Amino acid sequence: MVPDFQPIIGLEVHAQLVTESKIFCGCSTRFGAEPNVQTCPICLGLPGVLPVLNKIVVEYAIKAGLALHCEINSICKFDRKNYFYPDLPKGYQITQYDQPICHSGYLDLSDDQSQPFRVRINRIHLEEDAGKLVHKSEDCGSRSGVGLVDLNRTGVPLIEIVTEPDIQSPDQARVYLNALKSILEYLEISDCNMEEGSLRVDANISLRPVNSNKLGNRIELKNMNSFRALEKALDFEIRRQTQILSNRGQVIQETRMWDEKIEETIVMRGKEDAGDYRYLPEPDLPPLEISAKWIGEIRKTLDELPHERRTRLINQYDLPEYDAQVLTIDKRLADFFESAVSEYPNPKIVSNWIMGDFLRLVKEKDLEYDQLILTGRYLAELLKMIDQGIISGKIAKIVFEEMFETGMQPEKIVEQRNLKQINDKSQLSVIVDKVLANNPAAIDDYYAGKERARKYLIGQVMKETEGIANPQLVVMILGEKLKS
Amino acid sequence: MELFRKSGRELSAMMLKREISVEDLLRAHLCRIEQIENKVKAFITITEERALKLARELDRQLASGAMDDRLSDLWGIPIGLKDNLLTRGIRTTSGSKMLAEYFPPYDATVVERLTRGGTILMGKTNLDEFAMGSSTENSAFYPTRNPWDLTRVPGGSSGGSAAAVAAGEVVLALGSDTGGSIRQPAAFCGIVGLKPTYGSVSRYGLIAFASSMDQIGPLTRDVTDSALVLNQLIGYDPRDSTSVRRGTEDFTQALITDVKDIKLGVPQEYFEQNIHPEISQLTYKAIRILEKLGAQVEEVSLPHTEMALPTYYILAPAEASSNLSRFDGIRFGKRAHEVTDLNDLYSLTRSEGFGSEVKRRIMLGTYTLSVGYYDQYYRKAQKVRTLIIEDFARVFANFDVLISPTTPTTAFKLQENLQNPLAMYKSDILTVPANLAGIPAISIPIGFDSTGLPIGLQILGKHFAEATLLRVAYTLEQELGLLAKKDWGITR
Repeated sequence: MVPDFQPIIGLEVHAQLVTESKIFCGCSTRFGAEPNVQTCPICLGLPGVLPVLNKIVVEYAIKAGLALHCEINSICKFDRKNYFYPDLPKGYQITQYDQPICHSGYLDLSDDQSQPFRVRINRIHLEEDAGKLVHKSEDCGSRSGVGLVDLNRTGVPLIEIVTEPDIQSPDQARVYLNALKSILEYLEISDCNMEEGSLRVDANISLRPVNSNKLGNRIELKNMNSFRALEKALDFEIRRQTQILSNRGQVIQETRMWDEKIEETIVMRGKEDAGDYRYLPEPDLPPLEISAKWIGEIRKTLDELPHERRTRLINQYDLPEYDAQVLTIDKRLADFFESAVSEYPNPKIVSNWIMGDFLRLVKEKDLEYDQLILTGRYLAELLKMIDQGIISGKIAKIVFEEMFETGMQPEKIVEQRNLKQINDKSQLSVIVDKVLANNPAAIDDYYAGKERARKYLIGQVMKETEGIANPQLVVMILGEKLKS
Repeated sequence: MELFRKSGRELSAMMLKREISVEDLLRAHLCRIEQIENKVKAFITITEERALKLARELDRQLASGAMDDRLSDLWGIPIGLKDNLLTRGIRTTSGSKMLAEYFPPYDATVVERLTRGGTILMGKTNLDEFAMGSSTENSAFYPTRNPWDLTRVPGGSSGGSAAAVAAGEVVLALGSDTGGSIRQPAAFCGIVGLKPTYGSVSRYGLIAFASSMDQIGPLTRDVTDSALVLNQLIGYDPRDSTSVRRGTEDFTQALITDVKDIKLGVPQEYFEQNIHPEISQLTYKAIRILEKLGAQVEEVSLPHTEMALPTYYILAPAEASSNLSRFDGIRFGKRAHEVTDLNDLYSLTRSEGFGSEVKRRIMLGTYTLSVGYYDQYYRKAQKVRTLIIEDFARVFANFDVLISPTTPTTAFKLQENLQNPLAMYKSDILTVPANLAGIPAISIPIGFDSTGLPIGLQILGKHFAEATLLRVAYTLEQELGLLAKKDWGITR
């Protein structure tokens, strides 16, 4: 019988830190600028330049370390990782090899079946990003084309967060990544945008026969450009390796890349082609000393983390756990909720709106939370307008959608589009009379006992007022008139 | 006495008293360059026009009179800069084909500081390619010759700077010293050369060779000028993370003829390295002079001295192999043409651009950093470096300075050691330990061998004890009275 196999997965996440300036020079880190404008002799690696460490970068890394329950090393150092590539101006990357800034942390999570699991963090280290290569094939088709180098990204600060091989399924990998992303966003140290490359993830995976301690050969996986791609790549590898092992074959230790088009992993390089990076201690930077006092100061500035906020939302607003879970996935979402609740103190109604129309629109329009222009205060105003009978719940949905898109105040939208509810009895009475006069047949049906006819007449009144009549009033007036 | 024989301090005083103009002084040196540069070949680039323009500007400022309180002691003095110090808009080659047409976009911190001090750049001086060598024969352009004997080398790698000062082409110059590259050529050329404490002078804008040992320092005609240059050079630079924050110090205060109660150690191991007998004799003679003046002299031991050279030749090439990776033909400098792919571009650019000594050291460094060899070589060398540092710490607990010869021999012949790298490396055997330990050291001339070639003496001090070095050096200089000798310091 073929034994079952247990996947053993570890993840390496690179997160760009959202500092104003680069890790070793004063250049801007802004995304999307014209190529090579955010450069200086230092990040261009010109002769004679020296790196100077950006202190904010260190603080951000310490924040990440504290949030992931890591120990912060009182002394760490920088090293050079040597290799040649056109996007690496100095011919080496300044990173941390054997003395990272943080180590030995963990993250407690629960999987899709609500089973708890722990992912231990091996280390977090600081390093500089490389530039970007753009390949252009020449118009005339001569030779092999042109490689263009954009060094704006060179020297953008990164933390690399390395887990122990504690992850046992692609689902768990996704849960871990979501939680990590959410923590980094909460700390406001990374914007974790995978499309812009500010969050990158590599994986390693091996299979172990169930009931055995013997680990299989490890495969490194690269080139997953989304969480979905990571899951798919892991799924594929599990299938591939299971098949090899089931046929009594041997998985070859190698680095494979995920090919999005064919949805398969393909060999990138074998074990023997692994680069020798000739690490050496960076002589241009003295060892970095981090005092307990400094760590203490940073700890004080640590914002509430996702799981802490979730618990607070449940306790403070009496929200169901599910609502709290959804609302705290993203800090901006939770901020939006709390700002609305502060002006409209009915948390469950606010939560329903966010989890309903709000998230539906975010999804439909494929938006990131930082692209949202709607404020919590406006949602609160809208809800108050419903309570005050200024608009109906139905109209509110229309207003909400417009607010969501334009960021306009709800009152203005109602005014401009003339959506204020008609609560004037005499005004409605006139309209009801007009509808009754135009629909003698329906009146007959009503008296013949057809309830449907009454609903039809209400509908006609609403139509006549373009939906802004107060529905309760319409029902009452119509009832009175039909009775008489 | 001709102007080009005088020291910076004397010349500066003459200009301030309006005895000569800045332009007069500059022209005297330009004239000297005209006479002898084709024989000495100390320069790679001479910035004559720029220098003249600046000299006239300084003369105007002097005439306007508003300048006096802001003048430094080096104001108006023509200087040379080793061509691995970056000068904005002025070609900086590092003695390599790789940078034969490289015009840097910024000034090194030391260049900024000397410019602010009112010095006038005369030109960029020749060096062993990327400061790797002990004879200046590794320059990609041409070797420099020793002004005392044109068939001999001026030492290296700051050979151009040393020769230019010794020959009277500039009043003083800057060099860089990774394993002796200021002190050894100073000794060979009969001038004063000082390597400051690691971290006291900013390395920003120095093309790196071995970053943990590189230091910039002065090559001057006398000890006084070295103090004046240090006053300009030393100071914290936020652009160099290894630069040290300390209070300012006026090194001219150290220029006193008094060594009473100075504790002077004589490291025995330094005299056991095949030192030419004439050099040993003259060194001991100098030590006896200091003893007579009240210094307490004792023999001391630095047991790991023998390991310094092999340690240096593991650590320095390792750092160099990494530092020189940026010369890849992608963004600046030389790029090979007719390449088929990226690897081709790298290997052809670097094969064509680097000379054989640079390649030798890149290969050495690449090897010792490789997986499987790192522990055996790099890590072990780092441990030995610690032992060498501890040797000095132990001795300096009881002594103020150590005295030794600067070099085992006087200037050797051109070509003599060129085919034998090990023989060439041995030329640095007495200077390398100071770089490994980061301590300051100075070489001063103390006389001649029987063939008339200058002999240098090295004084080593504690970290940041440049003032003590200068004091002992100044005392010895005054006592020996060599400066007053008619033919001292001039090409024959």
